[in-house]
Amino acid sequence: MLGQQKSSDFFGTGSRVGDEELPIHLVSPRVGVFARLGSIWKHRGLLFSLVGKEIRVKYKNSFLGFAWSMLNPAMYILIYYIVFQKILRNGIPLFAIYLSTGLLVWNMFQAGVQGGTGSIVNGSALVKKVAFPREILALASVGAAFVFFLFQVVVLVTFLVIFHVAPALNYLWILPFGLFAILIIASALSIFLSAINVYLRDMQHLVELLLLAWFWATPVVYTFLTLKVGLAHRGLTMWYLLNPVTPVVLLSQRALYARVSPMGTNHQIVHVLPNFSPGWFMQAVGIEIVVGAILFMGALYVFSRLEGNFAEEL
Amino acid sequence: MSVSVDVRDVSKRFRLVHDKYNSLKERVIHAGRIPHEDFWALRDISLQVNEGETVGLLGHNGSGKSTLLKCIAGILQPTRGEIAVRGRVASMLELGAGFSDELSGRANIFLNASLMGMPKREIESKIDDIIEFAEIGPFIDNQVRFYSSRSETRLGFAVAVNMDPHILLVDEVLAVGDENFQRKCIDKIRSFQKEGRTIVFVSHAPDLVRSICDRAYVLDHGKIVGHGSVQDAISILRDFQMAGSSLVNDPNDPLHAKAPVKLSTHHNSAEKRVLISNLEIQGESTGASAPIQSGDSATLRVGYEVVNYVPVEVILGIEILDAKGETVYRGDTATLEMPPLELSAKGNVLVRLSALPLGEGVYSIAVSLIDRHGGTLLDWKSMDNSVKVLCPQKSSGVLALNFSTFVEQEM
Repeated sequence: MLGQQKSSDFFGTGSRVGDEELPIHLVSPRVGVFARLGSIWKHRGLLFSLVGKEIRVKYKNSFLGFAWSMLNPAMYILIYYIVFQKILRNGIPLFAIYLSTGLLVWNMFQAGVQGGTGSIVNGSALVKKVAFPREILALASVGAAFVFFLFQVVVLVTFLVIFHVAPALNYLWILPFGLFAILIIASALSIFLSAINVYLRDMQHLVELLLLAWFWATPVVYTFLTLKVGLAHRGLTMWYLLNPVTPVVLLSQRALYARVSPMGTNHQIVHVLPNFSPGWFMQAVGIEIVVGAILFMGALYVFSRLEGNFAEEL
Repeated sequence: MSVSVDVRDVSKRFRLVHDKYNSLKERVIHAGRIPHEDFWALRDISLQVNEGETVGLLGHNGSGKSTLLKCIAGILQPTRGEIAVRGRVASMLELGAGFSDELSGRANIFLNASLMGMPKREIESKIDDIIEFAEIGPFIDNQVRFYSSRSETRLGFAVAVNMDPHILLVDEVLAVGDENFQRKCIDKIRSFQKEGRTIVFVSHAPDLVRSICDRAYVLDHGKIVGHGSVQDAISILRDFQMAGSSLVNDPNDPLHAKAPVKLSTHHNSAEKRVLISNLEIQGESTGASAPIQSGDSATLRVGYEVVNYVPVEVILGIEILDAKGETVYRGDTATLEMPPLELSAKGNVLVRLSALPLGEGVYSIAVSLIDRHGGTLLDWKSMDNSVKVLCPQKSSGVLALNFSTFVEQEM
């Protein structure tokens, strides 16, 4: 009202003189969601710098460097392989590849959300001293998770070549969109949780626990088909598929592992993957992107409401 | 002239929480009744800085000047009101903020500059200037963890000034670093002024503000209590400082305790009853204009003149500041329970400072005369950065200390 009045004054003086048009930055307790989107875009260079920093800092001064980002999932795959294939004898052929196609997608989601939740608190040195759109810290965590994902993809591709597994091209082209959907949803959660975490520091631990449960609610280690009958019987299929990571994990498995019903290790046909059509995946991914975008805006709104006291709370 | 910084009715509230409840359990247990006090660091501040102006924000510690600068920089959000800032801002509030120890100086330049909103291409074109200005030389590719804090500050400053900002926000960072670098900073600020950039300058050191700023605002307890030419602003600030330091502290005398400081935006001699006409200091063993030896006794000669020849009883206050404007000593005859001085006609008050324990450096000494009845500041005068102290010891710091050691061995 009063501020509005004065603000038009302010812009007026600027243009009357008619000198070069300078961008006007408004510091105020209310910054709209779209204005935030604009400033994120303007600071995209910073986003890349922060992602680069996170990656470089993580393995700086460590002997094996980047190798760690691959050794960690490799260890998981080895352990799951021994436990599920050798001890529990699940009979899935090329289980290591089945596992890694799902695990890499999951890891990206998990690392993004986990890192994003702590990002503002961990970046307090910056938040207290420099002005920039703070949500970029959360986005940088997701970005770093994506870069680590790309490193791990190199390993996966090597595996695929060694074991002569050809990807299903009619599904493969949807996968980048699926990954994009996961990144949007992870970003939305990161932004939301990072702001909450400033006020409730144990959010970080809570998120860790929830992600553990979430992991087992996603068909990464086991197959979707083992649950399918049980879920359908209880009418839970819809609920199970509401987990946004599941369709993308299934898509990654369908595109890269690419065997719906291969010959098992004990010479029997094993049904590994559900026979969803490319159309089904396209639809699922499309919905996820739309829902993700809405969640993202919602997260920005919550963030802008909580951001005002960050510098003091940290 | 167009407005560069427009602060509109800005208030900033800090919640002083007595016990911070940051865990979920504590928040649930204490839901809705977290003990806190509201503290308004800024109240209804409105000010405008025109393009090309250099404006100082003056105030003692806790007056809210730094909070205001942080709000302008966008680091803090005002609780109410808004601030419009026109053009690119470089803030030198905390130099080298966000430097990562693990990264090289070069990588940190990229990170720091992009934090301030500089696009990558521009950083690449300026990186050589930045490295040269920072005087880091071949160490630019070493990790920042191996830099001294001075080098780090220099690097931070180099990034900030090479941002090519329209508006520069400076907060006392000049206090850091060696004299050479301080001079370089001030030179840079002056060249910014010549180029018509806008500068908002926050400092404790009035003489620095005087030498740089066009005009100044004085803040006290989160409010603007005066503004005008730098000279006026500094006298207003002095009034508040004197009021805060010596008189309010005296609870025995209700007259003094609530001494209303007259807020005069101009000090002309017609209003004054006593003038300090002259101020000089002389070391016991050295000449009048020679530097004082550390540990030597010195005599401060305060020339006064009583206007209208009406005798007055005054309290004499002395303040010694170091080169950074930090108070080294402050005291006055009232708080030290010394008898007031009775002044009439004109003459000199001789203040004997026995064995000055100051370290080597340049100091400012300010003397104030305060009316014992009513507590108004009659006059003050300072020797800004002109009192040189030499110290034969090889120690550093504002204090010259003699110490000896003895080993007491336990059997």
